[in-house]
Amino acid sequence: MDLIWQGIRGAFGLLGVDPEVWEITWLSLKVSGLATAISLLIGLPSGTWLALGRFRSRSFLLSLINTGMALPPVVVGLFVAVFLWRSGPLGDLKLIYTPSAIVIAQTIIAAPVVTGLTAAAMQQLNPRLGLQLLGLGASRLQVVWRLWREARLPLLAALMAGFGSVISEVGASMMVGGNIRHQTRILTTAIVLEAGRGEFARAIALGVLLLLLAYLINLGLTWIQQRNAQA
Amino acid sequence: MNSLLEVSDLVVNRLGRAVLSVDHLDIQQGEVLAVIGPNGAGKSTLLLALARLLPIERRQITFAGKSAAGTSDLAYRRRIGLVLQEPLLMDTSVFENVAAGLRFRNLPGPEVRRRVDEWTGCLGIAHLRERPARRLSGGEAQRVSLARAFAIQPDLLMLDEPFSALDAPTRLRLLDDFQSLLAATSITTIFITHDLDEALLLGDRVAVILDGRLRQTGTPQEVFNSPVDQEVAAFVGVETVIPGQVTAVYEGQVTVEAGGLDLQAVGEAAPGRSVLLCLRPEDITLWPHDSPVPRSSARNLLKGYIRRITPQGPLARVVVDCGFTLVALVTRASVQDMPLKEEMQVTITFKASAVHLIPR
Repeated sequence: MDLIWQGIRGAFGLLGVDPEVWEITWLSLKVSGLATAISLLIGLPSGTWLALGRFRSRSFLLSLINTGMALPPVVVGLFVAVFLWRSGPLGDLKLIYTPSAIVIAQTIIAAPVVTGLTAAAMQQLNPRLGLQLLGLGASRLQVVWRLWREARLPLLAALMAGFGSVISEVGASMMVGGNIRHQTRILTTAIVLEAGRGEFARAIALGVLLLLLAYLINLGLTWIQQRNAQA
Repeated sequence: MNSLLEVSDLVVNRLGRAVLSVDHLDIQQGEVLAVIGPNGAGKSTLLLALARLLPIERRQITFAGKSAAGTSDLAYRRRIGLVLQEPLLMDTSVFENVAAGLRFRNLPGPEVRRRVDEWTGCLGIAHLRERPARRLSGGEAQRVSLARAFAIQPDLLMLDEPFSALDAPTRLRLLDDFQSLLAATSITTIFITHDLDEALLLGDRVAVILDGRLRQTGTPQEVFNSPVDQEVAAFVGVETVIPGQVTAVYEGQVTVEAGGLDLQAVGEAAPGRSVLLCLRPEDITLWPHDSPVPRSSARNLLKGYIRRITPQGPLARVVVDCGFTLVALVTRASVQDMPLKEEMQVTITFKASAVHLIPR
């Protein structure tokens, strides 16, 4: 127990004195935030298309997306690393062991989560609402925008789930980022490193920071969600 | 009157099977066309097809004198206002719901406010403008849905059974207000309903759809008193349909032998022609068999036995056996006053003009 308390106390100590911790925290926030934003850009339209479209392979595509929601990060990391490796198909881009590589891997992890939950959110709406909006003179884009507004609460939940899936993953970031100090070290990879070195207090401190970060972001999103729910 | 919407050769397929087929249908400028039919007949499919919200196998639609083929779906739909059975309001205020169609058309803010004020006032929901739509009762929600469609000031208003989910008092109040609004605005309207009373109350003309086919169009009087076939007759409430044969024709009076009796009808039919005699239950009068029947213009007078009396709201449905089965509607007060009882003998009278003949 002493070790845990030491770690929690150490977390606040680290925040005050260790600039490297701020650097790691900021990078974590940056790559996971960017990956979530890109996932949203991919997942919102494609989840809507899967939910509202009427085409033959829809169920098959939905089952693929639902499977993608459970993608093991380490497997994603492996495939992204193989593609970005110097001798790999995208090796010329020189992205391996850069924050961009982590963003790519995290996007692949979060996009199916956002897409799947978006599709589920849109399918919960009354299917005749779209017809009603078209019958009032809405264009296709206006219909989609209105339907997103109607499904805003579950869509915010999709955003939170997408962010949660990447801020906490370690396997993919480790494989494609390499956990290079001052370059690609993020909170999760730093925790693995510190625990491996036997620096449990520092590892716990970083873990507490990660939890705090995830909590604060989700608190903000939950506040927005619940304000909408009560309006 | 000019025709606002004219449809020819409309076919809607579902899973490779034609679910709706309309040879011709036109809606005149300013009229209310009530489309009636039982559940599943294809009424809503017709409405969605006319709103260009369904894939259509083939069609020829002329809107305001121009072929709709050259108009985009969006441009066409911006000239109509659609109200569905469920109010389908958005999760925002009443004001924003009524303003929705106007915002889709990018109308300026002051014009949006003016129209929302006008139509929430007309529908009696001005006091609800800032209320969240999810906190409305069923009747209030349907009023918002109507205000939303009226606010667009559409060339053609399309309504799909908008009152069917409401309780009776709310429905009657809303029907009353809606009828006044239609009269005041003269908006051309297609009104889908399975309720014959609503069709009679609102429709300038009535169209009957059965089994995915438009079977008859005409004034309410034509459709309800002179149905074109047995199925339309059954749907519009003609409960007595008897096969017979024309035996004589004299100065517009037709004598038909049916069930061993000679009945008088008004119409045109050649002697020897097989026909169906149609009688509406409210056109039949019953008398106790031992009381004298007052002199009247009723040319048909029969004797029969009451087989069953079933309460039907303020009326009673009386099934009489007079060689064939005949159904009459009488007030429940009459049933008690006469009194009418099952297995009792009665005298039946009806006018020749109440009998409609359908050639077989």
